[in-house]
Amino acid sequence: MGLGEFLFLLTGLKWTVALSAIGFVCGSVGGLAIALLRTSGVRGLERLAAGYIALFQGTPLLMQLFVVYYGLALIGLHLSAWVAVSIGFTLHASAYLGEIWRGSIDAVPRGQTEAASALNLKYTSRMKDVVLPQAIRISLPATIGFLVQLIKGTSLASIVGFTELARAGNIVSNQIFEPLLVFGIVGILYFLMCWPLSLYGSHLENRLAVASR
Amino acid sequence: MNYVLDFTPVLDGLPDLLAGCLGTLLLALGGMAIAIVIGISGVVLRDSRHKPIRWAVKGFVELIRNTPFLVQIYFIYFALPLAGLRLDPTPTAILALGINGGAYAIEIIRGGAQSISRGQVEAGLALGLHKGLVFRLIVLKPALRAVFPSLTSQFILLTLTTSVASAISAYELTSVAQRIESESFRSFEVFGVITLLYLGISWLMMSFFSTISTRYFSYPVK
Repeated sequence: MGLGEFLFLLTGLKWTVALSAIGFVCGSVGGLAIALLRTSGVRGLERLAAGYIALFQGTPLLMQLFVVYYGLALIGLHLSAWVAVSIGFTLHASAYLGEIWRGSIDAVPRGQTEAASALNLKYTSRMKDVVLPQAIRISLPATIGFLVQLIKGTSLASIVGFTELARAGNIVSNQIFEPLLVFGIVGILYFLMCWPLSLYGSHLENRLAVASR
Repeated sequence: MNYVLDFTPVLDGLPDLLAGCLGTLLLALGGMAIAIVIGISGVVLRDSRHKPIRWAVKGFVELIRNTPFLVQIYFIYFALPLAGLRLDPTPTAILALGINGGAYAIEIIRGGAQSISRGQVEAGLALGLHKGLVFRLIVLKPALRAVFPSLTSQFILLTLTTSVASAISAYELTSVAQRIESESFRSFEVFGVITLLYLGISWLMMSFFSTISTRYFSYPVK
C-alpha cells in the first residue's frame, strides 16, 4: 500500500470524524428534548417519546439510514448523501441519548425535585439548575459509551454509499487486492479513535462508583 | 413530486421476506450461541494463572469492542480462506457475530462474576463441592442472573446487527430486501416494511429472553 492510498484512507477518516461529530452534537440536542419529553409527566408526551425510543432501539441502524435516505427523497427533498446520512445519525443518536439521559434524570433522587418545587423554582430552573447538572454527571459514562457506538456505527454509512473510512477501505482494498492489510489498517484507525474514549468512559465510571459508595 | 406509494413488489416478495426473517433469526441465534460459549470461557480464562492468557483475553475484548462490526466481518471474511477455512457467507456471518457478541458477553458476565463474594466460593469448596460444580452453581448461575438484563439488551443489539451481514451477502432479511429493491426500485416501500419486520423480530427476541429469565433465572430458586 502506497502513501497515496493511505492518504485516501485518512480522507475517509476525516469524514468519519465529521459524521460522528455532527451526529453526536445534533443528537444531543434531540436527545435532550426526548429525555425531557419522556420525563415531563404529561401522559401523551411521555408515550410519544417512549414510542420514538422503542422504534429506534428496535430496528437496525442500517434500516434507519435507508429509510431516511429514501424517505427524504420521497417527500421531494433531494439532499446530498452527506446531509441525508447526517439526518439519519441525528435521529438515531437522539433516541439512544434520550433513553440514556431519561435514565439519569430518573436516577436523581426525587427529593431534589421536591425541594426545588418547595423553594418555588419553576420547571425551567428546576431542570436547568438542580436536576440536569446532577443527571449529566451520572450519565457521562453511558454517554461516552454511546459515542463510541456512534463512531463505529458511522461505518454503516458506507453501505448507503457515503465515502467515509470503511468505504475508503473498501475502495482501496478493491484497488490493491490486499483486503487483510487494508481492513487491518482501517480497524486500527477506528481502534485509535474509540479506545481512548472507552478508557476515559470506564475511568469516569469507576470514579462515579467510588463517589456514590 | 407526485410519487404514489406502491407496495405490490413488497407483497409479491412477502414469502421471500419471511424466509429472510428466518435467516435473520438463524444468524442471531447462532451468533448468540457462540457468544455465550466465548463469553463463559473468556470469563474463566480471564482469571487464568498465566499472564499471557489473561492479557490475550483483555486484548481481544478491547479490540473487538472498539472497532466496527462491518470492518470485523470484512476482515474475517477475507482472513478465513487464508487460514484454510472456506466457509459460505452465512456461516462466516454467524462466526463474526459470535466473536463480536462474545467480546461483549465476556465483559458483561465478568461484571456479574465479580459481584459474587469470595466467601460464597470458599463456603462451596469447604462443603466439598467439586471446583467445576462450584463454578457452575455458585459463580456462573447467580452471575448470569445478575447480568441477565444487560445480556438481553446486548443480544437484541446483536440481532439488529445481523443486518450488517448483508455486506458479505449472507442470507438474511436485509439482503433479501436489497434484492427486491434492486428489481423494483421501490426503495422506500421495501425498506419501510423491512424496518417494521425488524421491529417485530426484536420484540420476539425480547419475549424470548423474558421467558428464559422467568423460567431459569427466577429468584428465589424453587
